[in-house]
Amino acid sequence: MMNPFSEAKMKQVDKIIARYPEGKQKAALIPLLNLAQEESGGWLSEPTMDYVAGLLKIEPIEVYEVATFYSMFNLQPVGKYVFEVCQTGPCMIRGSEDIVKHIKKRLGIDVGETSADGLFTLKVVECLGACGYAPMMQLGKYFREHLTPEKVDKIIDECTQKAAQQN
Amino acid sequence: MGRKLLLEKAHVEGIRHFDVYRREGGYKAAEKALTTMAPDAVTEEVKKSGLRGRGGAGFPAGMKWSFLAKPEGIPRYLVCNADESEPGTFKDRYLMEFIPHLLIEGLVISSFALGSNRTYIYIRGEYAWIVDILEEAIEEARANNFVGNNILGTGFNCEIYVQRGAGAYICGEETALLESLEGKRGNPRIKPPFPAVKGLWDSPTVVNNVETLAAVVPIINIGGEEYAKIGVGKSTGTKLISACGNINKPGVYEIDMTISVEEFIYSDEYCGGIANGKRLKACIPGGSSVPILPANLLLKTAKGEPRIMNYESLSDGGFATGTMMGSGGFIVLDEDQCIVKNTLTLARFYRHESCGQCSPCREGTGWMEKILKNIEYGKGKKSDIDLLWDIQRKIEGNTICPLGDAAAWPVAAAIRHFRDEFEWHVDHPVECLQRNYGLAGYAEPLAVATA
Repeated sequence: MMNPFSEAKMKQVDKIIARYPEGKQKAALIPLLNLAQEESGGWLSEPTMDYVAGLLKIEPIEVYEVATFYSMFNLQPVGKYVFEVCQTGPCMIRGSEDIVKHIKKRLGIDVGETSADGLFTLKVVECLGACGYAPMMQLGKYFREHLTPEKVDKIIDECTQKAAQQN
Repeated sequence: MGRKLLLEKAHVEGIRHFDVYRREGGYKAAEKALTTMAPDAVTEEVKKSGLRGRGGAGFPAGMKWSFLAKPEGIPRYLVCNADESEPGTFKDRYLMEFIPHLLIEGLVISSFALGSNRTYIYIRGEYAWIVDILEEAIEEARANNFVGNNILGTGFNCEIYVQRGAGAYICGEETALLESLEGKRGNPRIKPPFPAVKGLWDSPTVVNNVETLAAVVPIINIGGEEYAKIGVGKSTGTKLISACGNINKPGVYEIDMTISVEEFIYSDEYCGGIANGKRLKACIPGGSSVPILPANLLLKTAKGEPRIMNYESLSDGGFATGTMMGSGGFIVLDEDQCIVKNTLTLARFYRHESCGQCSPCREGTGWMEKILKNIEYGKGKKSDIDLLWDIQRKIEGNTICPLGDAAAWPVAAAIRHFRDEFEWHVDHPVECLQRNYGLAGYAEPLAVATA
């Protein structure tokens, strides 16, 4: 088992669990998995999930069945920056395929792959609710909208610089 | 200019914060409801308003509230459905992002009416930054005694919590949402029992869409009867429409439900016409699951009357020649768009989002996607079109929740209205890879039968 939460985060964990009536702490599962994933480099390992099970006093299988259901949980390591490009109808008719093609070429990776330096993962996803600002992608907590190849290049440069500064 | 009840103040600088929202007349409805009205009187106003659920189904909200069971000693819950995920729909996001206190105020009033002391906002996981906006608004409301214990000295207690999901369209279905909120997979429940009797943790629960709950604020402010005067027939009040696709001005618009579809698409006040001087080919007016209509059936009904942006007019003619208001996700396609490809992306969406509980949906959505892929890429057979029709017929109505229907309808409507485009793909396997079918006759006037 691996505790993904710092001491400060443990306070947040307690606050989340307190949102529910006595005995209904399982309701905290998805919020805690979201938090655990943020604290664990963007993915959930088995030991991390087991730890969350222990926190909520539920069986590990109850965590696995939830973690495998929701598309935002990554069960394999991902890059530092995950580009999740929407490909559903409204984005498709505004050119999302060209954006995916551009990212593939620029980063030299295919959909589902991570760049060799571990910085970027490319995913295609289904509708994120930004259809009027298409094409778009999710990057971390935020949406990047009205994408063009030039805009994508800027975002990639921005990420590369940020990562270099952090090292 | 139509009347604006929800977004009138959305662009006032600083409206995201309590002080500005309050200065602009915010929380007056909450004061009125909590200090001068009985809970049942609030429900009565909502009933009188004729407000219909804004999430997609259009069920009368006041009636839904009146079904709530009220056994002694058992808590009741109000859950706000902010799991906005129907492709084409991004109106709730706009509301929460720009004028979050309108939702919080609506939640306080509605919680009071229903007797909910713990109210949850279930928001889709991808709207991660909006969680911060909502939580800040809740804390501001708490600091001003509109949330928390003994609100405005009335003795009414109400906590509002934001619960973030993790990416699953199905959780917009109310019973799947409740399962997810309880910390489980988002598998819809068999109804009955309905949430009004057995909902969150088996307690009586009302689940309402963001826009529905926000609309409670103007209803209390102006009164249910006044609200019902806006709009026409059973389409009362105002509706948020999120417009996207090949238009000049994508965005979220508040309309009263009296304007025509033609005005909505072409007037500069709304979509501003088709982008790049192209011609209109088709439109999905209520979110991806509602039937797509070709231009000639969209602008005028089969009877030749102008089609209006409201529940009744959009559904005029049933599925044979009409569509639905749905969630108000208005997707416009220009003459360069391929109906087969658009339908394929929607089929892929529904396959991806099927929870897998019911075999017609689990198997059928994947099968439809494969066939559509074959047709789109020049590997289809004529018989595939009939097979697709047959599969969607066998999904519709045969599943626990409406996702099955939602997956079936776009395929059915595409074949119903654009069969020649599907056949062209089959007959021209090489050409269909190089160019689109184009506008064809889809914008030509229809012969209207006269009695």
